[in-house]
Amino acid sequence: MTAKKIGIAILFIAGAGVAYAETPSSLIAGYTAETVRATPGFSPSAERGQVLFTRKWGISQTMPSCATCHSDQPTAEGKHVVTSKRIAPLSPAVNPERFASSAKVEKWFRRNCQEVLGRECSAAEKADFIQFVSKGGRA
Amino acid sequence: MKSLIAILLLALTSSALADSHKLAVPSHPQWQTECGSCHMAYPPQLLTAENWRQMMQGLDRHFGANATLSAKENAEILAFLERYAARDQRYGANTQRITDTAWFQRKHREVSAASWAHAKVKSRANCTACHVTAERGDWSEHSIRMPDGRRWE
Repeated sequence: MTAKKIGIAILFIAGAGVAYAETPSSLIAGYTAETVRATPGFSPSAERGQVLFTRKWGISQTMPSCATCHSDQPTAEGKHVVTSKRIAPLSPAVNPERFASSAKVEKWFRRNCQEVLGRECSAAEKADFIQFVSKGGRA
Repeated sequence: MKSLIAILLLALTSSALADSHKLAVPSHPQWQTECGSCHMAYPPQLLTAENWRQMMQGLDRHFGANATLSAKENAEILAFLERYAARDQRYGANTQRITDTAWFQRKHREVSAASWAHAKVKSRANCTACHVTAERGDWSEHSIRMPDGRRWE
């Protein structure tokens, strides 16, 4: 392989990196930094993330918890409770497309937190949640 | 008699093909992604432009779910839906439910209550339970597999 070809290959890989600018860890780091400003000493917790994920919030009758559609195990496939459409696993441990774009992550937190919790999720909750699903659903 | 059967078969086949052909749209990744997350991305041809406008104005309460988009995404997707929307009121429903249109009801009039209630179907929104190739754009009758596995005849 010539130096030019290697250069092109590196550019290509760097370009692919731009499309998926975030990783689960960088998202956790971002939400943690946001939380620490108001709550010094905060550190993300998979245990709290698990509670958030499985708790029945009592807001929506059809979608009482995250687990209603995403299944009890973030590594497993879920199923939309209204439409029956299959939902790919949430855990980036088994599905690398997850938690790779902050725009997409923010969109789904905005919609689903409103739906299930009846409010927006805090940055602390988002950090806990991603910590939990990244660990393959083990608290 | 044989030629009559042949003509009938031809008529049936071409009407099935015409329907599947009518539901084709050019690739639109944004529509596919945003309208195809919780359910399959339903073809724009299955509602009128007025129905789509109403629907896209109420995404915060989208059949009981929050499906909000940014204003820019909303406008871009609505333009696509309007462009390919039905012009015939048989495809209109003031509930904005495709399943409430006269066209849908006529097309599905022979589907039994048991089929609709089947565990693999559950919701009329679940087109792909029977139209197993619909996400590839094939809605033809010969591609239908009923929940019990039999073909549609």
